[in-house]
Amino acid sequence: MQKVYSKIESISGNVITVTAEGVRNKELAVVETRYGSSLAEVIRLNRDEVALQVFNGGRGVSTGDEVRFMGETMKVSFSDNLLGRIFDGSGKPRDGGPELTDEMIEIGGPSVNPARRIIPRNMVRTGIPMIDVFNSLVESQKLPIFSVSGEPYNELLARIALQAEVDIIILGGMGLKYDDYLFFRETLEEGGVMSRTVFFVHTAADPVVESLLVPDIALAVAENFAIHGRRVLVLLTDMTNFADAMKEIAITMEQVPSNRGYPGDLYTQLASRYEKAVDFEGSGSITILGVTTMPGDDVTHPVPDNTGYITEGQFYLRNGRIEPFGSLSRLKQQVNGETRSDHRAIMDGMIKLYAAYKESLEKKSMGFKMSDWDEKLLTYGEMFEREMMDLTVNIPLEAALDKGWEILATCFEPEETGLKTELINQYWTNKV
Amino acid sequence: MVSVEFTGEATMNEVCYVNSGGRKLKSEVIRIKGNEADLQVFEMTTGVGVGDDVEFTGELLSVQLGPGLLGQVYDGLQNPLPELAEQCGFFLDRGVYLSALDEAKKWDFTPSVKAGDKVAAGDQIGSVKEGIFDHWVMVPFQLDGVLIVKNVVAAGSYTVNDKVAEVENERGELIPLTMSFNWPVKRAVNCYAERLKPSETLVTKLRIVDTFIPVAKGGTYCIPGPFGAGKTVLQHVTSRNAEADVVIIAACGERAGEVVETIREFPELIDPRTGRSLMERTIIICNTSSMPVAAREASVYTAVSIAEYYRQMGLDVLLLADSTSRWAQAMREMSGRLEEIPGEEAFPAYLESLIAAFYERAGIVRLNNGDIGSVTIGGTVSPAGGNFEEPVTQATLKVVGAFHGLSQQRADARKYPAIHPLESWSKYEGVIDKKKTEYGRAILFRGDEVDQMMRVVGEEGTSLEDYIIYLKADLLDFVYVQQNSFDPVDDAVDPERQEYTYNILLDILTAKLDFAGKEEARTWFNRVRQNFLDYNSKEWKSEEFEKLVSTIFQLLAEKKIGVEADAEGIL
Ligand SMILES: Nc1ncnc2c1ncn2[C@@H]1O[C@H](COP(=O)(O)OP(=O)(O)O)[C@@H](O)[C@H]1O
Ligand SMILES: [Mg+2]
Repeated sequence: MQKVYSKIESISGNVITVTAEGVRNKELAVVETRYGSSLAEVIRLNRDEVALQVFNGGRGVSTGDEVRFMGETMKVSFSDNLLGRIFDGSGKPRDGGPELTDEMIEIGGPSVNPARRIIPRNMVRTGIPMIDVFNSLVESQKLPIFSVSGEPYNELLARIALQAEVDIIILGGMGLKYDDYLFFRETLEEGGVMSRTVFFVHTAADPVVESLLVPDIALAVAENFAIHGRRVLVLLTDMTNFADAMKEIAITMEQVPSNRGYPGDLYTQLASRYEKAVDFEGSGSITILGVTTMPGDDVTHPVPDNTGYITEGQFYLRNGRIEPFGSLSRLKQQVNGETRSDHRAIMDGMIKLYAAYKESLEKKSMGFKMSDWDEKLLTYGEMFEREMMDLTVNIPLEAALDKGWEILATCFEPEETGLKTELINQYWTNKV
Repeated sequence: MVSVEFTGEATMNEVCYVNSGGRKLKSEVIRIKGNEADLQVFEMTTGVGVGDDVEFTGELLSVQLGPGLLGQVYDGLQNPLPELAEQCGFFLDRGVYLSALDEAKKWDFTPSVKAGDKVAAGDQIGSVKEGIFDHWVMVPFQLDGVLIVKNVVAAGSYTVNDKVAEVENERGELIPLTMSFNWPVKRAVNCYAERLKPSETLVTKLRIVDTFIPVAKGGTYCIPGPFGAGKTVLQHVTSRNAEADVVIIAACGERAGEVVETIREFPELIDPRTGRSLMERTIIICNTSSMPVAAREASVYTAVSIAEYYRQMGLDVLLLADSTSRWAQAMREMSGRLEEIPGEEAFPAYLESLIAAFYERAGIVRLNNGDIGSVTIGGTVSPAGGNFEEPVTQATLKVVGAFHGLSQQRADARKYPAIHPLESWSKYEGVIDKKKTEYGRAILFRGDEVDQMMRVVGEEGTSLEDYIIYLKADLLDFVYVQQNSFDPVDDAVDPERQEYTYNILLDILTAKLDFAGKEEARTWFNRVRQNFLDYNSKEWKSEEFEKLVSTIFQLLAEKKIGVEADAEGIL
């Protein structure tokens, strides 16, 4: 039941309107232009006036072009045939392989009933002390890397992806630089995981609006793998590009912006994607690791700000290191009670001292005489940065905890640490 | 949002159903103009088309009240989520609405009125046992005037839909009563004799709260803070430990996972006050961030209406809403779609009055029969960019009785709970004598001043006297203001222990101490701190507990040479 219309009434940015009947909200259409065809989605209905967002963008669309309504919403093929394949932002093959049409599934489906969720409990070990010790990553967590551009966030994503024990990796790229796309492909190939990976990649060269589909497609596929018992890791980079695409549409639609031009429903839109992270009782799971670049290194910018309110923590990447302040895994307490009896104490205790170190550092920079205590903190801070924070450190959790006690014993007297006597008696290592 | 043309009458806030693709999508009328009504649809509108028909019900958006609410997990429109899961599986299918109360369950009803008795809205006509409570079966709140009981059933087993009595109103109409009735969520229940001033502390078992910035039964408080500062953990801890009869958790527009913790843990946790599972005193209203945004707006009203219902039984109810900002954002989204003139940050101009009206539904009341019941409301606020100078925080601060402001800096330094002890305030009475707490607060203030000063003049330029104040403040902060919610003992501290501990600390804070220099002072305070730290995780009055207390007093005796002049009269 396809209806074809050949008169486009208005074109504004990436939004076109046509006069049509019997059209339904969110229905998909194909716009045929001189430069090729593009998918479009119904975003507003006003009597017989239908507004559509065109995923290839409005550029080159002419009023005489044909709009063909498909009578259904956006769907993507789902089967094991996806594995090892690379697609573009709207699900078309990018690797020269065949187009897949079997088992079409809906994207952007309903959310999981909270009563059917379970408490996550499997730690994902990464070998990175700043994660394993201080902000443990947990299966089914949703967690972005907050970063300015230029930081090695994609390297960090790839490193975690290779280290994580998951069945399937899905990469959703939005505005991904071509080099970064190649980097992911090479790294995952070298790591030997490409055969259980699916790419949905929208590159910086593609029309901006097309990136809007990427999270929904990637997550719909992930959801189906998870329901079939697979543990899926979804990498979304960079969600700020996704938000910017939404902003563009909102501005075209003349929506009242709430903050720096972003639409008032930015929170809801981001949440409906991130909340797809889940551990299905008796079945698989979806873990989402994202990247949110912070324009101007400003964490109060609407995109990182709204994201922080949605996700289960964030890793701040700054100067090539995961910063202890601001970095957070909200699920860490689900797993760090069972690792080792000193885990939680080390986790908080060392950061408290690191915060004190920062204060001493500030005093030092102002030229004050350092007290004995300041001196101890300075030694501590430097050791902490070198032996814990540095991203080249790659040791298991237990070794990292031991390292923590070693650093403490090197720098302090037991009573200066603020740790409970019981733990000190058990773990304090004599000075080396 | 959809717009419909109607014939006949339409009522503001009336419930409608949009018939689309074989589904009925629940909606609410939010604007009427001529014969056109705007509806907010409580579901995703994918697939809705021009020409779909809409059913008007004539009923306002309501909650169903009656026995069986306790222990339930509802969505924002009072759909029971576990039952929904049984029917639909993992996902929340659109257009499936189930009865809020179990219609098959039989309750043992005992009447408390007889034919000929005069009653009014909110009066008890009988009761059933609901878990640990006597659940009052009441005259529906919307019935007006004096009613005469015409007949009432004998004690026995009935469902919520069985008729249990008939009353006659002043117009001579006969009204059948069952154990349940509906109440429009946006109206405050006001069948009580009078509202009283909140004066009794609602104990949360958090030291910083009960001692310095208390909450009162029937009072209101807010917890603003940037993301990750600890709002949700704070509410979670409070929902577990607070001394309220009934706790209602409104999970409004935030993470589903956080509700899951409550749903899964509470049935396993024992409430020390009753010996029963915590879930038996808890109701969860949950419209998390990926659930339909229109229902998010309704969810806080659903929650507060249920809170008022249990208050009408003479119970102390605590309503925790996380986060009120998401509710405000839902209103913003709706207002934007209605193309209303936006106020600050695009929030609707009426935001402030809606926030005020919501918190006004808290209160402690004397019921018509003389019993006292209360609704306490605590709401988190999630300010954009963590900046409190924004419309929702500001509007909330104008109306609440206590402010528990969370600080990013304290969270960064793992000083939990990260409530800022100096910036936060409360108008209510706490569990410890005000003179004593003021003294502690003053030390915190002065310690902070010295800390600031040391940043300017360095430690060297600070006098020993000032340095000791700084150390005293640091001690109070470290071992009293901070509290470890993951330690089984430290998690919940009774007022008795709070007072005991505070008095020990006060002995130290008020003491003149004799130190030769700063290094000696610091070492001594470290030692005291160490003992206190261990003390905090020891069972009340256990052998180890007593031992640590005596060590602390011993340490104090070694250095104490008198009492500070400003402390005379408070010990
Ligand atoms: N009282 C506390 N004790 C220990 N950790 C806490 C405490 N409060 C918060 N945290 C840590 O901070 C994280 C974020 O807290 P949360 O309450 O979810 O923040 P918010 O709701 O303000 O965004 C938690 O997951 C936990 O790791
Ligand atoms: Mg929260």
